[in-house]
Amino acid sequence: MPDTTSAAQHTGATPLLQTVGLTKRYGSFLANDKIDLDIRPQEIHALLGENGAGKSTLVKTIYGLIQPSEGEIRWQGRTIVLSGPSDARAHGIGMVFQHFSLFDNLTVAENVALGLDGKEPFKDMSARLEQVSRTYGLPLDPKREVWQLSVGERQRIEIVRALMQNPQFLILDEPTAVLTPQEADQLFIVLNRLKAEGRAILYISHKLDEVKRLCDTATILRGGRKVETCNPRAETAASLARMMVGGEIMEVKAAASRQITVPRLLVNDLSLTPDDPHGIRLEHISFELRGGEILGIAGVAGNGQDELFAALSGERLAKDPGTIVIDGHAAGHLSITRRRKLGAAFIPEERLGHGTAPRMRLSENALLTGHAIGNMVLHGFVNTAATLKTVDRTTETFDVRKAKRDPEAASLSGGNLQKFIVGREILRDPVVLIVNQPTWGVDAGAAAVIRQALLDLAAGGAAVLVTSQDLDELAEITDRIAVMFHGRLSAPVPTAEASRETLGLLMGGSSIEAPETPHATRA
Amino acid sequence: MQLVLEKRAERSATIALISPLIAIGLTIATLCIVFAVLGKNPIAALAVYFIDPLTDGYSLQEIAVKATPLVMIAIGLSLCYLANAWNIGAEGQFLIGAVAGSWLAVKTQGTDAGHWVLPAMLVLGAAAGALYALIPAICKVRFGASEILTSLMLVYVADLLLDYLVRGPWRDPQGFNFPTTAEFDPVATVPTLIEGGRLHLGSIIALFVVAAGAVLLGRTIKGFEIRVVGAAPRAARFGGFNANQLVLLTFAISGALAGLAGIIEVAGPVGHLQPGISPGYGFTAIIVAFLGRLNPIGILIAGLFLALTFIGGEQAQIAMKIPLDVTKVFQGILLFYVLACDSLILYRFRLISSSPKVQSGAH
Repeated sequence: MPDTTSAAQHTGATPLLQTVGLTKRYGSFLANDKIDLDIRPQEIHALLGENGAGKSTLVKTIYGLIQPSEGEIRWQGRTIVLSGPSDARAHGIGMVFQHFSLFDNLTVAENVALGLDGKEPFKDMSARLEQVSRTYGLPLDPKREVWQLSVGERQRIEIVRALMQNPQFLILDEPTAVLTPQEADQLFIVLNRLKAEGRAILYISHKLDEVKRLCDTATILRGGRKVETCNPRAETAASLARMMVGGEIMEVKAAASRQITVPRLLVNDLSLTPDDPHGIRLEHISFELRGGEILGIAGVAGNGQDELFAALSGERLAKDPGTIVIDGHAAGHLSITRRRKLGAAFIPEERLGHGTAPRMRLSENALLTGHAIGNMVLHGFVNTAATLKTVDRTTETFDVRKAKRDPEAASLSGGNLQKFIVGREILRDPVVLIVNQPTWGVDAGAAAVIRQALLDLAAGGAAVLVTSQDLDELAEITDRIAVMFHGRLSAPVPTAEASRETLGLLMGGSSIEAPETPHATRA
Repeated sequence: MQLVLEKRAERSATIALISPLIAIGLTIATLCIVFAVLGKNPIAALAVYFIDPLTDGYSLQEIAVKATPLVMIAIGLSLCYLANAWNIGAEGQFLIGAVAGSWLAVKTQGTDAGHWVLPAMLVLGAAAGALYALIPAICKVRFGASEILTSLMLVYVADLLLDYLVRGPWRDPQGFNFPTTAEFDPVATVPTLIEGGRLHLGSIIALFVVAAGAVLLGRTIKGFEIRVVGAAPRAARFGGFNANQLVLLTFAISGALAGLAGIIEVAGPVGHLQPGISPGYGFTAIIVAFLGRLNPIGILIAGLFLALTFIGGEQAQIAMKIPLDVTKVFQGILLFYVLACDSLILYRFRLISSSPKVQSGAH
């Protein structure tokens, strides 16, 4: 294995941080099983694995949030016991979470102050904040309130907050999930600089190209165990994926030719003010989606995708019926049930609590969206046999793994529940399918099944609208892509002609006519 | 070693069934301590409370009579609670139903009105209860007012209205100034089922309500809507169910059932309108609803059990001079334990070792 790029060589033998046989048990379930990890100074170490592989448990243990059942953590060769995150920070371990813990109505400086120990006067802290953010090329105005900031800027706050404690070791949990490609590039510059200063970074991701570009070492977890530690630059994306999944992944195949037919979904100048004061206002959204076509909507989370889904599904009604036309019928004013009767189907981002009622059985969750049409309800009475039949058909067609015939939704794994939800909607043969983040947090096997199902549905003549933050996913299955930014939608372009750079710029708001200040749109 | 509460993957059906029994066991254990502190023999007191009423026919009938309003109200309340609508004011809806039905009885008193009077009274009682329950429901839906507070406060309004009517306009002229209406005419009275007994037609209506509740919740799409709106509001909206509409519906149904129970109580066992027609049925029904797991059959059983405590409490006061308020203490402790035991449906206790070494040989 060529190891010339690895930082491990030119930094002494003592790892900065080591875990030895680290094990975490929940009942009989082993979230982490005897994990050995060596992280050296001046190393960017990737932690790879599918959802549920045990990545989060491992880093939370290293950050002191979880106490290990067995095994130990060594810091610069000495065994340490971390009673909590403040303990970890005192040793020089910092962490940037995937989900930010920021108060929207406080300023940047106030948010940072809340995360520090508070011995420093606010004014000094504020000055140091500005200095740290400038030094690392992470510009922040300490006086701005968080709700005015973009997701990328919010992440900067978290990173700067961690850097202000001058950590020797920094953990980043899927930091690029919320960034445009350009923002990700900027982040990589910062991370390389931190590395050059002699710090170590543990970088959690499932984007393999990114890991190959950035990381010196990669540790792969599967089912709670360490599979391998390797040099990612010496591997291919496919070989890394095989190690993560433990086998080959089904390849998604598009039909040779798809018949693009009549418009199934028309959106005409849709504008909508959000209920939530910090929500995003939809501004003049227009597009046309034809049968046999898959349209992708890219964009950084929080740019109006949820609001658009609510408007298209009928969870929020538009005043003007003509703004949304489903299969030739003006539907802006129709309820979600009426829209389902027109042949539309919807798959929201949140599986538990939105797409399904977590503590209800699958048959009842089949009824949740199936009651509108078909034979599930007769004269107000529920036809239990019909709901169970939907569960069985979905299970069979989409390979839903479950412990019994009709379990509660919450007991299924994320991938299996998502397959159930997608199956539930697709088996109703919709003419329009609107789906938000179809494979978010889903294992690679299930993701392939779901993408294939969307392609097959379109091949059968349905119109499919896919909103996703995953550009690779959109590139794989869509015919055209549009980008959402600040509640506006760019004109769709053919996927084959859309470069990542162009899309990234659109995701950052560059070439859409953005309003003068983001402040004005959000207020 | 450490005792932790651990989340279960699925709700435990077994615990859901036995949790009320555990709660009753714990309540009785606590009650024994209360009896002992009062200087009574706990075993003898428990016998008077829970065994003696089951041994003679009169008491058995009386249990059914007391259970009738409890069950009817609790069925309605269970619909509200399942839909995440917190109707605490069933006592007020019960009283308003009694007042509205009694109005017709008072107006037709001494006339030759026929057998239409009683059915009309029942309809009036149910309608008034429903309308009265809609006040907090509309305030919640339109203005976001907490239905817990508004429904509870309306209890006192209903109580004082009843008090005013029987002391003023509706007072029986021959009643020696007692605050009561005259005895209702036979056509305005709920018929008894056994000659000379206390068991009346209302108990049959209550059984019918239980059956209707079971069908509604278990078999119909409306019942499903009620359950989803309570269990997962966002999923319910995604399903196309309107939560506000269900708040209005469940409040109206529960108000109607409470009002119906009220007029049946007045036109049946009591026979006239007077203050104190309810020993707190509307509040005890809240306990019945939860003890019965918000399930109609469970509510029937729980209603009979709590009716037993009313009768037992009266007998214990007569036989052993135990204050009647012990019954209310019992009911309060019971609700506390029921809610506490319910956490075991979704969680379980687990003893775990705090030292990592002990588990090293586990696999």
